[in-house]
Amino acid sequence: MSDLTTVVDWSRLQFAITAIYHWLFVPLTLGLSVIVAIMESIYLKTKSEKWLLATKFWMRLFGINFAIGVATGIILEFEFGTNWSNYSWFVGDIFGAPLAIEGILAFFMESTFVAVMFFGWNKVSPRFHLASTWLTALGASISALWILVANAWMQYPVGMEFDPDQMRNVMDNFWALFSGIAINKFFHAVLSGWALSGVFVIGVSCWFLWKKRNVEFAIRSIKVGAWFGLAGMLLTMYTGDGSAVEVTKHQPMKLAAMEGLYHGHQGQSLAAVAILNPDKEWDNDEDEYLFEIAIPKGLSILGRHDMNAFIPGIADIINGVDINAEGDTINTVSYAERIAMGRKAQDALRTYGEAREAGDSAAMASSLKTLKENYRFFGYGYFKSVNEAIPPVGLTFVMFRIMVVLGSYFLLFFIAVLFMVYRTTLLQRSSWIQWIAMVSVPFMWVCSEAGWAVAEVGRQPWTVQDLLPTIASVSAVPATSVIVTFWLFALIFTVLLVAEVSIMCRQISKESKKALS
Amino acid sequence: MISRIIGSSARGLKNIWMFYYTGFREMTVGKTLWIIILIKLFIFFIVMKMLFFPNYLSSNFDNDKERADHVRHELTNR
Repeated sequence: MSDLTTVVDWSRLQFAITAIYHWLFVPLTLGLSVIVAIMESIYLKTKSEKWLLATKFWMRLFGINFAIGVATGIILEFEFGTNWSNYSWFVGDIFGAPLAIEGILAFFMESTFVAVMFFGWNKVSPRFHLASTWLTALGASISALWILVANAWMQYPVGMEFDPDQMRNVMDNFWALFSGIAINKFFHAVLSGWALSGVFVIGVSCWFLWKKRNVEFAIRSIKVGAWFGLAGMLLTMYTGDGSAVEVTKHQPMKLAAMEGLYHGHQGQSLAAVAILNPDKEWDNDEDEYLFEIAIPKGLSILGRHDMNAFIPGIADIINGVDINAEGDTINTVSYAERIAMGRKAQDALRTYGEAREAGDSAAMASSLKTLKENYRFFGYGYFKSVNEAIPPVGLTFVMFRIMVVLGSYFLLFFIAVLFMVYRTTLLQRSSWIQWIAMVSVPFMWVCSEAGWAVAEVGRQPWTVQDLLPTIASVSAVPATSVIVTFWLFALIFTVLLVAEVSIMCRQISKESKKALS
Repeated sequence: MISRIIGSSARGLKNIWMFYYTGFREMTVGKTLWIIILIKLFIFFIVMKMLFFPNYLSSNFDNDKERADHVRHELTNR
C-alpha cells in the first residue's frame, strides 16, 4: 500500500471516528433541549410544581450531555487544516463561511442562554427563563443548520465559481447553498434528534418504573417523550423521503449503492430483504442478490415519486444511460467520458499555472476556456479506472437497511408506548416491556449513526461531489502522524463517552431517590 | 451624565459577574462537568492542536500565493 493510500485511509478513518463520536452527543442536545423547553412551558402555564421538578430533572441530564459533548466537533476542523489541507483550500470561503457563522452562533447564543437556563432560576423572571430555554434549543438547531449546509454543499456543490489564480472555489451565490439537499438534510438530521431524545426519555423513565420510583413522574415524562418522539420520527421519515428524491436527482450513484442496484429498470423494485452477491461487479453478468424479497416498484416510488420511473443502476450510470419521464432512452455523460474530461480540466489547470508564470495571457485564456468547459468533472481525472468511482456498495446497502428497519421499529415503538400509557397499565406492570424500552435506547443511536453512514459512505470517493475525491483532498503529511492521532482520538473520545454514561447513570440513580412529583 | 453611565455600566457588569459567580458556586454535578470541560479543552486546544494538528498550509508556506501554488501542484500531479 502506498503512503498516499495509507494517509487517505487513516485520515478517512480518523474523520469517521471523530464524526461518529461527535454525533453521539449532538442529537440528544438537539432533541432534549426542546423536550425541556416543552416541559418548562407546561410548568409556566399550569404553575404545577411537578412540571418544574420534571423540567429540572431533564435539564440536568441535558446539561451533562451538553458539557461532555461540547467542543468535540472542533476536532473535525483541526483535521480539515492538518489532514485535509488540499480540500480546505479548494473549497475556500464556501465551506468556511457557514462554519464561521456556526462557531459564532454556537458560542454566543448557546453559551449565553445555557447559562441563564442553568443559573437563572429565581434570578430572572419566569418568562425570561423560559425564553432562554427555548433560545438554547433554537441555538442548537441553528448551529446544526450551518454544519449541515456545509455538508450538503459537499454533496451538491452549487453557488460558486472556481478561480484558478486563487485555486479556490469562490462563492457567487450564498442562497444557492440552501439547496433541496441542504434543507432536507437539516430537517432530517435535527428531527431524528427529536426521535432519539424521545426514546431516551422513555427508556430512562421506564427504568424509574422498573425500580418503582417516582412512577407518576415517569409516566408524565413518557407521555411527553412518546408524543415528541412520534412527531420527530414521522417528520424524519417525511424528510427522509425528500432526501431520497434529492439523492436520486443529484447523487444517483449513492442511491444505486444504497440498493445494490447494478442494472436499473422502469418501475424498479426495492429490495426489502436481500443478501448481496459478493461476486457482483458492474461489468459482469452475476446476479445482484443471492436472495431477495422485493417491494414491486418501490424504488421508483421512493426515488422519483413515480411508480413507472426508471432508476439507473451502477452499470447504467457508468455507461451513461438513463430513461427520461417520457420513456425515451437518453445518454448522460459516461464515466469514461467524465474521466477524459477531468484529465483535460487538470491539464488545463496545470498549463494555466505555467502560462501565468510565463506571463503568456493568450495561453492563459485558452487554458481557462478548456478548464471551464470540463470543470464539472474535474475530480474524475484522478481515477485510473471507473471502478475507483464506485462507493462501497455492501456497507452503504447494509447501513441503509439498518436505518430503515430501526426507524420503522421506533415508529411502532412510539405508537405502542402511547397506546400502553393511555389505554392500559401494561407499562407500569410489565417489567419485560420496561426492559424492551430500556434496551431500545442504544439502538436509536445505532439508527442515527447508520443514517450518517449512508450519507457519507454512499458519496464516496468524493469529498466534493464530482470535483474532488479523497485521494486528492489529503495533505502531503506522513502516514504515521495520522495513525498516531487516530489512536489518540479513539482513546480520548472513549474516555469521554465512558464519563458521559457513568455520570448520566449516577445522576439518574441519585435523582430517582428524590421526590419528583 | 458620564459618571451616571459609567455607574450603571459598572452595576450591570457586577450583576453579570454575580450571576455567574453564584451560579457556579451553587452547582453540584456541574463542578465535575466543568472539570471535565476544562481538561477536555486543555487537551484539545493545547496538546492536540499545538502538538499534533498544525494547519498544514499555514505552517509550511508564508503567503497565499505560495499556498495556492502548492495546492495547484498537488491537484495536478496526483
